Parts: sequence; structure tokens; C-alpha cells
Amino acid sequence: MIYLDNNATTKVDPKVLEAMLPYFKDEYANPSSVYEFAKRSNHAVRDARGVIKDFFNAENEKEIIFTSCGSESANTAIRGVLNMNKSKRHIITSKVEHPCVLNLYSALEKEGYKVDYIGVNSNGELDLAQLESCIDSDTALVSIMYANNETGVIFPIEKISQIIKSKNPETKFFVDAVQVTGKIPIDVQATGVDLMSISGHKFHAPKGIGALYVNSKTLITPLIIGGHQERGKRAGTENVPYIVGMAKAAELAMDNLKHEATEVKRLRDKLEANILKNVFNARVNAGIMSRVPNTTNIGFEYIEGELILLHLSDLGICASSGSACTSGSLEPSHVLRAMNVPFTAIHGSIRFSLSKFTTEKEIDYVCEKMPSIIEKLTNISPFQEELQALKARNRN
Amino acid sequence: MWDYSEKVIDHYRNPRNVGKIDNADAVGEAGSLACGDSLKIYLKIENNIVTDAKFQTFGCGSAVASSSILTEMIIGKTVEEVRKITNKDIADQLGGLPPEKMHCSVMGYEALEDALKNYGDYTDLDDLRNEEANNNKEEKIVCTCFGITENVIWDAIKINGLKTVEEVTNYTKAGGACGRCKGAIQDIIDTYYKKTKESSLSPAQKILKINNIIENQISPELKKDGGDITLVDIDGDKVLVKLRGRCSGCKNSHLTLKAFVETTLRETVDKNIEVIEV
Repeated sequence: MIYLDNNATTKVDPKVLEAMLPYFKDEYANPSSVYEFAKRSNHAVRDARGVIKDFFNAENEKEIIFTSCGSESANTAIRGVLNMNKSKRHIITSKVEHPCVLNLYSALEKEGYKVDYIGVNSNGELDLAQLESCIDSDTALVSIMYANNETGVIFPIEKISQIIKSKNPETKFFVDAVQVTGKIPIDVQATGVDLMSISGHKFHAPKGIGALYVNSKTLITPLIIGGHQERGKRAGTENVPYIVGMAKAAELAMDNLKHEATEVKRLRDKLEANILKNVFNARVNAGIMSRVPNTTNIGFEYIEGELILLHLSDLGICASSGSACTSGSLEPSHVLRAMNVPFTAIHGSIRFSLSKFTTEKEIDYVCEKMPSIIEKLTNISPFQEELQALKARNRN
Repeated sequence: MWDYSEKVIDHYRNPRNVGKIDNADAVGEAGSLACGDSLKIYLKIENNIVTDAKFQTFGCGSAVASSSILTEMIIGKTVEEVRKITNKDIADQLGGLPPEKMHCSVMGYEALEDALKNYGDYTDLDDLRNEEANNNKEEKIVCTCFGITENVIWDAIKINGLKTVEEVTNYTKAGGACGRCKGAIQDIIDTYYKKTKESSLSPAQKILKINNIIENQISPELKKDGGDITLVDIDGDKVLVKLRGRCSGCKNSHLTLKAFVETTLRETVDKNIEVIEV
């Protein structure tokens, strides 16, 4: 099997699993208990919090909240900020956010909030002028993802932060960083972010663990109310093995950043260049300047994405698609639509996302197989005349 | 991930009859590039028999499989036989499709209908549909996102017995994008079932119609197997019949009554009809 869907989820690093195992077996104490036995699990959570603090480059451990996933982190951040600023009813976000954020905003619109959605250009870059013009005295929150999960395009977080603070210093800035963790360095202080969410399973920790950074100047209400855990910001007995696992994954990710920026990027670029060279109806659905190093989104014109995925799957290759048919929704990806990707390519868009475990041999195999799969499916297409015209155009 | 049947997998892996027939006798199209799936079907017809069929499809695995199996289903059949094929037949031949993918089979049916519309004298299968209303409805688009007409929705409801807006969306895609037409779809569903329930036929018309269908549709089918049927009496929704020939005394006669006679009368006259053998 060749796994090129690491933006969906990642393989648990064996070192992560190894770090977690003692907390399933022997160290099962509740970290809140008073006896000596509980001290070790208590300290494990404390140490993990320190690691995650460094991972964000936060100022203080108290700024880290452990959660169950990226969606919980985002919901906690957004609801938490809005509940603390009841008089302000305006939110700004982007059209290309992850559904866990977008669907929450459409729920908030029904609750009476006004939400502005910032558009992107055909390279997937955010319209910063529109963002700036939307911020006013009623803006409680700006919420922008660090990088897009489908295209890998990185948004200029530091610049956005400056724009927000210059227009309204009271407006809070939440960044969904789920898709950049482990791929590029994160620094909440340098970027001037108020809240930032991450999810363990995107960087080789297991599913079911996430974290939220909330800076000390930002007050939030909890989403889950109960015990005193996480300083009252998230009730529920700490998920010790998973917290330990995510901290280990964060440590490994920090050590691996250089590998991501060089080796993973090299393999991604190789795959992309090869497909573009050998498949006449392929195009990259993004500007290629500022992207996370592991992601490429390629549109194959006049063929449909699910069909490509099924044929890749027959060869043991796992990727994903922005096509409507894959998801069961009838509309293609909201991200690609916001970018105005042409109809001819939007339904045939395939995302390949690599990881540190991806090998050159695997990429070579995909490069070798891709042209014949696409050729076979192109021959089934009813748009033969359009395809011939495209072929002639690309040859010139 | 979809749970596709073995047959679907086989057909998208190795689609049959891919391509174009240059001097085709009938060509049909359905869907569009913008909507994410589209199909062209080409038929060669000699002496009223489909001698060759080819297809080109832009769409997902189940769309390719639906097109592929459809070509297999129609080659060698007469035009009349081919006209009777519905989306349900396509889905059944594939060993079923996931509910959200039923629209792929509908696309196959639509393309076939489109091809045959342009071939020979064509009468609409749907005799329930009032002619006048039909003319008005012809081009009325209900779902503007996917360009789905009232006729397509009406046919899907009729052929597949759809009851909810969600089912209509699964079968036709209508209502699957912005969702603004969901109210209109509900209205079509309501109208359809009101029509079948409150049959506007007078008692005399109803008796005539039942008699007509038994004589012209049901009886000829039974005769093929050496049997026959006669109408004895009609009491409200109860239709009393007598089976004759090989049908009388056949141990499967109750199946014939329920699965064929009663279903046919329910579909064509009144869905409350109960057929009783006397």
C-alpha cells in the first residue's frame, strides 16, 4: 500500500505508540488523585503540556488546553471567545475553512451573528484587502486557517494578525493550524495569534487528541463543563496516554521539520512535476509559491475524481478527491469552487499528501502508473473533442 | 468509502462497449460537465433490434458501471423491450447501488430515453400523467443548480416509489446543492401521491379502465405462459378475477396475482386496489 492521504490522517509513529503504552498498562492513575501512584501520570501530563507549549512557542504552559480533537479545539475557541464578548456580533472567516469551522459559523448565523466570508483568488490566496475592509468595532473574532487542507496553500498569518490589530485591537484572532502542524514551524508569539488549534492525528499521534492554545490575554468559556481539569477550561479526566502520545509526536515533529522542508518537499515536487509532464490534461489547483511541503492538488480535466481514486486504490494507492461523488454530497469541493477552478477540472481533482514515511520508491511507482490510469479514463470521457483541443493546445 | 457490489466494481474496472458509433441510428445524452456527471449513448438499430451500443461517460465508478451494464442489457433487444428498461432495472442488474448513487442509474435511463425519443414513434410510458399538465411541465426546471426538470423528478418518483425529498435527491440530484428547491420537490411528491390516491376516475370509468388493462396488458402476458385471466366483478377497491388455463391450479398463481396482476393495476389505476381470486 502507498499512503498519500496524510492530510486526512497519519500513521501513528511507532515511537509515539511506545511512549503511550505504559499509560495504558501500569500508569493508569487519575492525575488528579493525591497518592504517590498518581504523581507519575500527573507529571506525564505536566511534562506533555510543556512540550506542547514549546511546540506552539507559547509563553506559558497555562495557555495550553488539551482537547479530544481539532473540531473540539475549534468549537471551544470560537464559542469561548464569543461567549466572553456577548455584545459583539460580528465574525470574519474565509470561504475555504475546514467544515468543522464553516458549519459552526452557519449555525452561529442562525443564532443571529453576522459572518463575513473572505474569498480567495485562483491561486488560493486570501483577499487581504477584503479582510481589512470588513473589520469594524463590532468584530469579535477573525478566524482563518493557517493553511488549506485541500490545496496546502499557506495564509500569511502574521500579516493578517497585524491587519486585525491595527483595525481593532480588541478583535480576537483564532487560527485553525491543524493542517500545518508538523509541516512548518509554528510560533504563536511571533505571529501574534490569540488562539490556535491543532489535532494529534495529523502529525503521527493517534486520533482522539487535540490541543488549543489560548493566550493569557484572551478569556474563554468552556465548552464542556464539569470538573476543574485544564484550569476549568475543559472538564473531563485527562486522557493521559493520548496526551503523552501527542507530546511525543510534537517532539518528533519539531525534530523533523527540516526533513519536511527538504525531503518531503522534494518528493512532492517530483510527483507533481512528473504528472504535469506526462499527463496532458493535468493542472495544479493552487499557486505553487507558498504551500505546505507535503501537499499537491492536481485537477485532471474531463475525468471524474472518484473514478481516478478507485483505479488508484486498485493499485494500492491512497489519495483523496475534491469531487462531489466521493463525499456523497452532490457538490464539488467548496475550496476549489471558491478558487474558481474551472468545471472541466474541479470534478477531477486529486489531492496527494505525503508524510515523513513516504519513500522515493513509492513516489516513483505513482509517477509510473498515473499516466496510464488517466489515459484509460480519458478514453471513456464523452468530451473527446475538447480533450483533443486541449492536447493540441498544450503541445504548442 | 462506498460499498459497491462486485458487479459495479467489475464494470468500472473493465467497462464494456466504451466508445462512439460513427453512424449511429440513435444518440442520447444526459447530465453535464458542470454537474459532475454526463453520459452519451450510441445505438445501432437494425430491423427494430439494437445490434450495437456504445457509451462515453464522465462520472464516478457507479456512473461508468451503470452505463456499461446498460449497453450490455440492450444489445440484442427490440426497441420496444429497450423502452421498458428503467433506472431500477439498471440498478438491479448491478446488484444494487448505494442510495446516494442511485442518480447514476437514473442518468443511464435518461440517456436511453433521450436516444429513443429521437427514434421512431414515441409515446410516453407514463400514462398517469395528464397530457395537458405534461405539456406545461415539459421544460419546467425545478432544481436550477443541476438543471433537473419536473418530469425527471416525476419519473423517478413513479419508477422507484420515492417518498421523501432526500430520496429524490439521491435519485436525481435535485435539491442536492443549495437546497432551495426542496419545498418544490415536496410539492411534487405530494401531488404525485394525491393523484394516485384520490383517483379522479368515476366508478364507471374505473371499471372500464381495469377491464381494459386486464384485457390488453395482463391477459396477453399470461397467455404467453399458457394461462389467462378474466374479470369477474369489482367491489370498491376489490377486483375479483378468475385465473384460467395453466394459471388455474398453478402453485405459483398467488404470486402471479400479487406480484403481477395487482401491481400492474395499482400502478395504472389505483394504488389501493386489491386483487382476489374467486
